[in-house]
Amino acid sequence: MIASTDSNAAVHSTAGVSRPMLELRGVAKSFGGLKVIDDLSFSVQAGERAALIGPNGAGKTSAFNLVSGLYAVDRGSVMLDGTDITHVPSRKRVGYGLARTFQNIRLMAQLTVLENVMLGQSSAASSFTGMLQPVNLLRSNRWGKHARAQLEAAGLSQYEKFPAGELPYGIQKRVELVRALLARPRMLLLDEPAAGLNPTETNELRLHLERIADGGTTLLVVEHDMHFVGALCRRVLVLNFGRLIADCTPREAQADPLVREAYLGSDDELVSDHAS
Amino acid sequence: MSGYLEGVLVLLAINVILAYGAFLPLAAGQLNLGIGGFVAIGAYGSAYLSNEYAWDPLAAALVASGLTGFVAMLVAFAVLRTRGIYLALATFAFGQVVQGVILNLNVVGGAAGYPVSTFLGPVAVFAVALAVLALVVLLFHTRFGISVTAVNDDETVSDLLGISVRGIQTAAFTAGSVIAALAGALYAHYFSFVEAQNYGVMFSIYIVLYVLLGGTQSVWGPLFGAAVFTLLPELLRGSAQWRYVIFACLIIVVMNLRPDGLATRGLLRKLFGRRDGAGAPERP
Repeated sequence: MIASTDSNAAVHSTAGVSRPMLELRGVAKSFGGLKVIDDLSFSVQAGERAALIGPNGAGKTSAFNLVSGLYAVDRGSVMLDGTDITHVPSRKRVGYGLARTFQNIRLMAQLTVLENVMLGQSSAASSFTGMLQPVNLLRSNRWGKHARAQLEAAGLSQYEKFPAGELPYGIQKRVELVRALLARPRMLLLDEPAAGLNPTETNELRLHLERIADGGTTLLVVEHDMHFVGALCRRVLVLNFGRLIADCTPREAQADPLVREAYLGSDDELVSDHAS
Repeated sequence: MSGYLEGVLVLLAINVILAYGAFLPLAAGQLNLGIGGFVAIGAYGSAYLSNEYAWDPLAAALVASGLTGFVAMLVAFAVLRTRGIYLALATFAFGQVVQGVILNLNVVGGAAGYPVSTFLGPVAVFAVALAVLALVVLLFHTRFGISVTAVNDDETVSDLLGISVRGIQTAAFTAGSVIAALAGALYAHYFSFVEAQNYGVMFSIYIVLYVLLGGTQSVWGPLFGAAVFTLLPELLRGSAQWRYVIFACLIIVVMNLRPDGLATRGLLRKLFGRRDGAGAPERP
């Protein structure tokens, strides 16, 4: 044990100024006999833009659900900025600086865009007086002001009063991102943020995410669009069958035979082609 | 004002209050079929306080409603562990228990009913109804109101956003019960007589129907629903034996044409132009 602690310390000191924002240590999760996450360990450094990729069913969303607390881990631990949050209830994790979006947009369809994004402030405004402030009546209310400012920064001001359920898909995706940002996360998990967006929208999304990361928020993105991943992230973590099979740059991942096999199946010709 | 008109308007005011009592838990996704039980506690509690201790009826009504809120919170801790149809059954059972207890309490007259010695006039009833309406409308412009809708829409995401789902549900259930109890107390002091038999499951179902007919999406829905439910049977008095048949058919037609209720957010937006779905006026 002592030796491993020492080696960890050594790794950290060589990493210089960087510190891990999110760290999974030997995390495992099974549903009945099905292992969805199997001894998964990785860390994402503060300020980093990392991607979590892998074929369908590899356990990417499950990993997000474990980090955000939707699932309880069977084994292992989850650390957020040096704090062990493994046993912190899902509702409290946002208070530790963790926010996420969802693969299928999960906005409240009946609430307006402004009301939806104000839900992102729930953790910070959860006191008795915070709950009873007429946030949606007085334009001078500070929570409303902050929410409108963020909508404006995302170019969504004109949709403020529309019920979220009536808006086009691409707009809803952007609203969900603003909602997550209003929680002021240090660690932001994005589950397929570019899915269903056209190339222009995808490009705008990438620029927006780069600005968010420059503001000091660490990003971990699950995404299938490898052009998007290649442009946004310098590091990819590749999952297959709930295990980490590669931790490298996007370019290296595309050339890695293990990664190719995970996506394309174990075709002998392909592997021999690659070897030659 | 004729006695008949006054009676109808008082009933309307009380029904509006009752509808908001059922609306709060419904907006948070809970079907409370025991609301009659809370109304009965409010009615009998207020009647008892003013009969036995000569309390001012308004003070008695407020204190009785507050005490009902305490009971509701205890009930909420127990029954909010269940959901859906089981929650409806658990609240239904609670209503039956309250009714059964009162029918066996000789100190409040048992099955013979309980006369109420202090009177509250129509003006007091209207004033309280307006105050409740204003309070609930205001409440739905607070973060609490937004959170209630969010919890109803998606509990998982609400939880991940940091909202205490159980806390919101308990608060909505309790606040709704307090409002319902207030309606019961007003009824007792206006009509000067309370009878536990009135507060059975049919009574609770009627109140829930006001809200479902009016719509649960908007805070104005219960007002629409209670108004239609109270006034329409009166307008159909022309045909004494058929009025409730016609009324029931109208309900079925309305439910088919407007499954989300009469006052949906979409309708309110059309009616009030560039205002948000909840009907909040735009401020410069």
